[in-house]
Amino acid sequence: METREPSRPGGGQGLRITQGTFSYLPDLSDEQILAQIQYGLDRGWAVSIEFTDDPHPRNVYWEMWGMPMFDLRDAMAALREVQRCREALPDHYVRVSLYDPGLTRQTTALQFIVNRPPHEPGFRLEREEGHDRVVRYTLHAYAADRPRGERYRGDGRG
Amino acid sequence: MLIEREPAPRRSRWASGVIPYKQMGYWRPDYEPEETDVLAAFRVTPQPGVEPEEAAAAVAGESSTATWTVVWTDRLTAHDNYRGKAYRIDPVPGTEPPQYLTYIAYKLDLFEEGSIPNMASSIIGNVFGFKAIRALRLEDLRIPGEYVKTFQGPPHGIVVERELLNKYGRPLLGATTKPKLGLSPRNYGRVVYEALRGGLDFVKDDENMNSQPFNRWRDRYLYCMEAVHRAMAETGEVKGHYLNVTAATMEEMYERAEFARELGSVIVMIDLTAGFTAMASMSRWARANSMILHLHRAGHATYTRQKNHGVSFRVLAKWCRLLGVDHVHAGTVVGKLEGDPASVRGYYDTLREDVVRRDLACGIFFDQDWCHLPGVMPVASGGIHAGQMPQLLHHLGEDVVLQFGGGTIGHPMGIAAGATANRVALEAMIQARNEGCDLIREGPEALRRAAAWSPELRAALEVWGDVSFEFESTDVPDVVNLPTPVAF
Repeated sequence: METREPSRPGGGQGLRITQGTFSYLPDLSDEQILAQIQYGLDRGWAVSIEFTDDPHPRNVYWEMWGMPMFDLRDAMAALREVQRCREALPDHYVRVSLYDPGLTRQTTALQFIVNRPPHEPGFRLEREEGHDRVVRYTLHAYAADRPRGERYRGDGRG
Repeated sequence: MLIEREPAPRRSRWASGVIPYKQMGYWRPDYEPEETDVLAAFRVTPQPGVEPEEAAAAVAGESSTATWTVVWTDRLTAHDNYRGKAYRIDPVPGTEPPQYLTYIAYKLDLFEEGSIPNMASSIIGNVFGFKAIRALRLEDLRIPGEYVKTFQGPPHGIVVERELLNKYGRPLLGATTKPKLGLSPRNYGRVVYEALRGGLDFVKDDENMNSQPFNRWRDRYLYCMEAVHRAMAETGEVKGHYLNVTAATMEEMYERAEFARELGSVIVMIDLTAGFTAMASMSRWARANSMILHLHRAGHATYTRQKNHGVSFRVLAKWCRLLGVDHVHAGTVVGKLEGDPASVRGYYDTLREDVVRRDLACGIFFDQDWCHLPGVMPVASGGIHAGQMPQLLHHLGEDVVLQFGGGTIGHPMGIAAGATANRVALEAMIQARNEGCDLIREGPEALRRAAAWSPELRAALEVWGDVSFEFESTDVPDVVNLPTPVAF
């Protein structure tokens, strides 16, 4: 039985953060992003765009690229907003969320990453050894050592 | 009370001795159920010679106030209030010996607030062993909103779980560690790590993995949580392993759950065999400790599977939602375990929807309003693989955990590759569905397109693409939407 490393759509360099639906697929084209936005709009969901350079899995509050677009029904206009955000912040993670405000849901219905820094250095796992073999674990994003806005800039190596 | 085989001369309701149940006031075809009544649908197979009205009355009586003979002490009470009332009988077409769907109403007074053991002891406590009934099945219950609101419900529910995990718009993916017994804690953790880093969201202890000589609980928890955190560092995603805290006593269950919490686990699991009280206690603990609670329905098929006797899983599903779990196994449709598509649809609706409408084709006998009690995430597990992804998504929808145990760990390129194959298949199907693809007609082709660029998915389809489990289901609804009422 031959075993091997699973392939990653982003290639072999560093780590590919797999938050969001579709991170295991090749990066979505604009046409594919448009189709997903249209799917959400057809269900009455609101589009929002967020970005960050702190990809810790428990970083809930990415920065908002404006307010959620509750009244926007034009998928093309939403895509143009995605493009503007990507152009302004090429070395950030950018995600699109479709939000369902319906009773009993009132939560994100679909979320996917539409931009990521060219190089993703990943996380250091810190272990604090305690009593009776208990270990407390902390994840630390290598890029987060630098100030916000400078984390994935410059040499392309974070 | 006397079970009437032949019409007997009428006698005083309160004379000492034995009279038929239906003369005792348990057969009430004129009764109009109230909104606050608990309603039950039983499938009754009377013994030969026992007429259906008498059998129905006997079930209503034995599941409420009756004993076998007249007791004068009934007259110290407002007895009509406390009697269960059989109010409708529908014959099940084509059954021999004949079966009857019997509807019974119970006043809310008969039940203790927030107690599943009490509801179960009341409705299924004695009556299933009753001699005058050849077989008996509790098909469904309608729990009135007034009663629903006395239960805690899921510690978190589907929405909060998704927000805690930061995963939206797709089923969650899991796997049960295999072999389910025998691995040392250290080797066991290896399986967990490989499956999670490859792309699964969860790995799971199996129902019978508790604390055996080859794998004691504390060691297993330590290695599993090392695996979970390592996988989080490799992927940047929140990951979990359902640590089974089922034990012989509540004290031990709490001890294990506390340790899981100390190690940073987001989820623990319990087995149905622990009992309703233990499940409800763990539910309170899980709410208080921000822990997702997974339930493995170990043992349920001993009483849910046979159509003529026992308790339908849809009743168990309601009890689990009320007493409060976040996950429960509810069938796959396509896998190796029992579950026809319509019945499974009924279970999933019961667990997830806020209002479920009567739909006999799916085995749902009553409208059920959950009054915004959060939904439970159903879990599909047992003999499923990546090649079935279009059917799984079509039948089960999005709010579900799909668990591929053998279908991850048995992958020819290794466990992580098996996990990647499942994740790629899932995301490709979600993408295609959202783009308007018909999953049943066009899904398999979309899956093959993804396999063209994903070697992991390609290998999975080559190994398992043709595997299916085609057996006739035992527990299927009788698809007769409007049974003819018996002439009274």
